[in-house]
Amino acid sequence: MLSLSHIEKIYRTDTVETLALNNISLEVAKGEFLSIMGPSGCGKSTLLNIMGLLDEPTSGQVTIENQVIHGYSDKALSQFRNEKIGFIFQSYHLINDLPVLDNVELPLLYRRVSSKERRKLATEALEKVGLSNRMKHYPTQLSGGQKQRVAIARAIVGRPELILADEPTGNLDSAMGHEIMEILEQLNTADRTTIVMVTHDEGMAKRTHRLVRLFDGALVSSNQFYTA
Amino acid sequence: MLKNYLKITLAVMRRRKFFTFISLFGISMTLMILILLTSFYEHIFGGKYPEVYRDRTLFATMIEEADTSNGNRSTRRGPMSLSYINKYVKTLETPEKVAFSSSPNTVNTYGNGKKLKLFFKYTDPVFWEITQFEFLEGKPFNQQTIDANEAVAVINNDTRDDYFGKGVSALGKTIEINGQDLRVIGVVRGCPITRMMVSADVYMPYHLQKRDPANTQLNGEYMVMALAKSKADLPRIQAEYNDVVKRIPLPKDDFFHPQVLNAKLNPYFESMAADTFFNNTDGSTRARFYLFAAAFALLFMSLPAINLVNINISRIMERSSEIGIRKAFGASSRTLVWQFIIENVVLTIIGGIIALALSGAFIAWFNQSQMIPYADLTINWKVAIIAFVLSVVFGLMSGVFPAWRMSKLPVVDALKG
Repeated sequence: MLSLSHIEKIYRTDTVETLALNNISLEVAKGEFLSIMGPSGCGKSTLLNIMGLLDEPTSGQVTIENQVIHGYSDKALSQFRNEKIGFIFQSYHLINDLPVLDNVELPLLYRRVSSKERRKLATEALEKVGLSNRMKHYPTQLSGGQKQRVAIARAIVGRPELILADEPTGNLDSAMGHEIMEILEQLNTADRTTIVMVTHDEGMAKRTHRLVRLFDGALVSSNQFYTA
Repeated sequence: MLKNYLKITLAVMRRRKFFTFISLFGISMTLMILILLTSFYEHIFGGKYPEVYRDRTLFATMIEEADTSNGNRSTRRGPMSLSYINKYVKTLETPEKVAFSSSPNTVNTYGNGKKLKLFFKYTDPVFWEITQFEFLEGKPFNQQTIDANEAVAVINNDTRDDYFGKGVSALGKTIEINGQDLRVIGVVRGCPITRMMVSADVYMPYHLQKRDPANTQLNGEYMVMALAKSKADLPRIQAEYNDVVKRIPLPKDDFFHPQVLNAKLNPYFESMAADTFFNNTDGSTRARFYLFAAAFALLFMSLPAINLVNINISRIMERSSEIGIRKAFGASSRTLVWQFIIENVVLTIIGGIIALALSGAFIAWFNQSQMIPYADLTINWKVAIIAFVLSVVFGLMSGVFPAWRMSKLPVVDALKG
């Protein structure tokens, strides 16, 4: 599904060069639920951003669904992201000016989908996360857990094969965190969606198939808990 | 997609009420002032009632005799005498008709139990042919009136209402002007005083003017209108008149020895604006005026445009997180630029609609306010549309740059906000 090969990411300023990711190679199988852990600043989010094509590696190769991502135009890359990848962020990143339903529809706006179809798919996605009664609310009227569920609905509405979740439970209390985790597990098992999740929570990580640990930009260990 | 853009535009406008107000205020005020200025310009310089032939009429309000000997320049300047007009202007062959009228003067009179201050004019009969006054009652005076030395007058409807009473016919009644009793033979629908060649409360045939006929000097009390058969004839009339002027002998007295006579027949704008704005009488007046006007309008419109760019930059910067989200979920840079452009254009269009509504309301109020009696201001749609399109273009430009910059922002940075 996803393959990273010898990924390096270097941040350069006039005076300093920081090696954020050091020679990372990683394979994520189709239908796998992978978690990434590591101390703050170790490069987890950078790695996730590179997987999600939101950032470019300084060197190395990203392959998604057997397509080597290289030399894509802005438009082609946007389209690729739109079709293949869904994102869930720690701070939800919803558009506060738009109601829940419009937020969920967002990825479909950039596809050739009729507004009726968009509405239908977004409603279905909201039903999946148990928020069909909040469609007309604005994000500011929701709790953290509800916001994250909206974010999940938005991530899955376009039926991507890969979901990248950056500390999706990081801002939530444990009960909410569990709820979110259950939804992700459900997506993974029922829809066979591949999920890569960055987390600080060992308990959450143990619920995934495999955990990889990052330290100072390098992969240091990998634990297989289950098989996808 | 468009619906979604509109939705977010309105949402952003609602959320940022103050910025929305500032932007809309800037756009609508600028447009409104431009629309009103052109409306006033049209009111003064456009061919409107009763001067419907203004575009093929030439005017002379003044002539100037100049003595430039001994390195000095002394001049005598003013309207023309009857003898001058009869000898040198009425005799022109190219114009279809030549009319004259005196500069408006005021007189106090008493009618209907109150004191009235009236503007009066002396004119010749041709005046009524070149102008297209609407006669509410009676008819204009003609050559027979003058030959029979009749003491008659044409008045406008306000004077009729004030002097004789509202709704009372004035025909055959007497109005007293300058100690003379004049029989009213016609009532016209009045025109605003800004049309100074033709506007008056009372019109009298020129034979009632006692002073001028004896005047043998070039300067006198009259202004001239020369109607051409077609617009194409205007330069021919000017050329013929210039030719005549060159040969006019200049009277000299003990104190004044003019060598030059500056006398021209000009289109309305030049004849009015040449003295007022630029103090010259050559043909470049109009071009220079338009250049000034265009430069002024451009400068004037660039102020809200710059303001809009500024507001847009901060508005768009503030939404970097939204840009990041949209990019992450598949919006290309180009799509985002379009989104922000549409937002700006919508804002500008709303501003334009407000401007049109306010201008329309102001004009309606002004026309009936009697600030200028008979004012008939209208919106010049051509200018309104040009100004509107220009502001949409400004709106576009002011949105493109910040949007383009933001859309180039790496997603990761944009998401950080």
